[in-house]
Amino acid sequence: MPTIANIEVEGHVEWAGFIADKPVFALADGTVVVAEGGEKRFSLHEGMTAAVSALDRKSLITGGEDGAIAQIRDDGTVENLREATGKWVDCLAAGPAGAVAAGSGKAVTVFLPDGKKREIAAERTVEGLAFAPKGMRLALARYKGVELVWINTQSPPQFLEWKGAHISVGFSPDGRYVVTSMQENALHGWRLADSRHMRMTGYPAKVRSMSWSAKGNWLASSGAPAAIVWPFSGKDGPMGKAPKELGAIGQIMVSEVAFHPVEEVLAIGYHNGMILAVLLGDGREAVLRQGGTGAITSLGWDRSGRRIAFGSEEGEAGIIDIAG
Amino acid sequence: MPETAETSQQIPVTVLTGYLGAGKTTLLNRILSEDHGKRYAVIVNEFGEIGIDNDLIVESDEEIYEMNNGCVCCTVRGDLIRVVQGLMKRKGRFDAIVVETTGLADPAPVAQTFFMDEDVRAKSRLDAVVALVDAKHLPLRLKDSPEAQEQIAFADVVLLNKTDLVSAAELAEVEALIRQINPVAAIHRTERAGVALDKILDRGAFDLNRILENDPHFLDAEDHDHGHVCGPDCDHDHDHHGHHHHGDHDHGHHDHGHGHHHGLAGSGHDLSVETISLTGGELNADVFMRWIQEVTQTDGPDILRLKGILAFENDPDRFVVQGIHMIIEGDHQRPWREGEERRSRLVFIGRKLDRQKLESGFKACLA
Repeated sequence: MPTIANIEVEGHVEWAGFIADKPVFALADGTVVVAEGGEKRFSLHEGMTAAVSALDRKSLITGGEDGAIAQIRDDGTVENLREATGKWVDCLAAGPAGAVAAGSGKAVTVFLPDGKKREIAAERTVEGLAFAPKGMRLALARYKGVELVWINTQSPPQFLEWKGAHISVGFSPDGRYVVTSMQENALHGWRLADSRHMRMTGYPAKVRSMSWSAKGNWLASSGAPAAIVWPFSGKDGPMGKAPKELGAIGQIMVSEVAFHPVEEVLAIGYHNGMILAVLLGDGREAVLRQGGTGAITSLGWDRSGRRIAFGSEEGEAGIIDIAG
Repeated sequence: MPETAETSQQIPVTVLTGYLGAGKTTLLNRILSEDHGKRYAVIVNEFGEIGIDNDLIVESDEEIYEMNNGCVCCTVRGDLIRVVQGLMKRKGRFDAIVVETTGLADPAPVAQTFFMDEDVRAKSRLDAVVALVDAKHLPLRLKDSPEAQEQIAFADVVLLNKTDLVSAAELAEVEALIRQINPVAAIHRTERAGVALDKILDRGAFDLNRILENDPHFLDAEDHDHGHVCGPDCDHDHDHHGHHHHGDHDHGHHDHGHGHHHGLAGSGHDLSVETISLTGGELNADVFMRWIQEVTQTDGPDILRLKGILAFENDPDRFVVQGIHMIIEGDHQRPWREGEERRSRLVFIGRKLDRQKLESGFKACLA
């Protein structure tokens, strides 16, 4: 039986997960809570607008309403990558070798491992950022498409065009696909080899959460009263295929999805605070949390896939131990 | 339809439009600094001019998104979607939001954001669009910019500011001009944006439970109306007198006379925004619903705002509608009161509106 250890937090949980296998919760009020071996609280910002873990999962990078960017490591040290600018950090992404990208309006700053910075001026406001899994390449989601920028060269960006507003972006783990979520309640994908389009539509709401399975065979998404899981294992990705619809519980909307780090198991968070785990193979479900007062805003697995940290928009947070 | 419980959890949003120099910054400073017991988050395009240090002032780049649905007027402000949602993560900090637009901004995408984006709509609601105009420079602005007309046409409340810089006659003429563009907005004359804040905040101008309730004269605006749809034969009358009568709900400014109004015709103001007011008795609900859907679908791009109170036959409740371009909302508001005449009035404010078509369409809805 799964067990839940609740963690006391205030307000909206921006990010929940594990840093060096310690449960960590980043709150919209600017606080970071490290909940292991005696809880520690760090006040990093007056209002936090974005948070992302480093790829090595040994630090958390947070952005503030004042534009400052902080990095908090597993030993509790905090370093500011940038001081206050006065403008919200709209989005953050973590990349290879400790690189960090931050978007504020049309301006993107990349903090490189050697301490250097690269400034990128996008044509329109950047809504989402993602690093390619290999090579120092950054995707910028914006109105009308995605810009792909090689960070270490000055060559002009490659533009993947598709009408409409793109509000977040991610690469498949093998780097073959780029997928965005759109203002128009849809996902849009490109196969990078030939820029072929993939339209993934039919969502009743905006897709706020996407997660790739460990080997990249599946892309799970929120935005419907079930987790919508697209097959990416074939050579044409999801083209011409129907997605799996997992964890349909009445008409309760799915707000968060997070794949297990190893297995094809999906954690699904709902608008009513419920959390479910579903096995992709046979669709078997396990209720991990019955519900709560607010929508689940973040789900994060630990490295071994035994624990899940979660947070909601109404000041609820906790750690689920799957095995109990 | 919005329910009361939902409405109470939605943070009200006031949109402030107006040309550079009309007094927006003065008004914002008042909203932020006066002791009115409420806290406002303010979304601005540039901090620059607001001399107040406040972490509830958010700078945002105007970012207009056309929705990918083939409809040219389906536009939203992408930056507002992001900022409003970001603000709502810490909703205990403020009671309401004010959005300041740039001088040249089209108010429609701002307003539509609060209807078309489900996430924004779940947490906030558009309260009113307030336009600030400069009494001295408005006539010139109206000549050289379509945005100035659009901002007035779109407004629920117009602050006619800097009244101290013009003569009484000029002021009356400017006010008549505003009336001509928008006969249903409330107009307040101010110096240095000195209006009581409750006249512009928490107006409920888009709240179907409250819409037009604070405008008791909406239905009897056409005092020459005989309970029928004004046909083409009384067109002329409308143009030169009709709007003028709306001065009745002008909250105390009745001093503009017929003379001023007529004077406008020759004053060289080539207004492209016009108002069509349709009045009548009871309507057939089914016919009306079909007609209004069709009108907003086909002519939506030219309709800036529409507002109406309708009496449907065999229906004890009065029905209210409001619309922006192709977005239309309607709901039963309250029972018709004892002694209240069951009449219908529908006002379109827009460009290139086909008066004859609208009038005949409305006439066909009469019960």
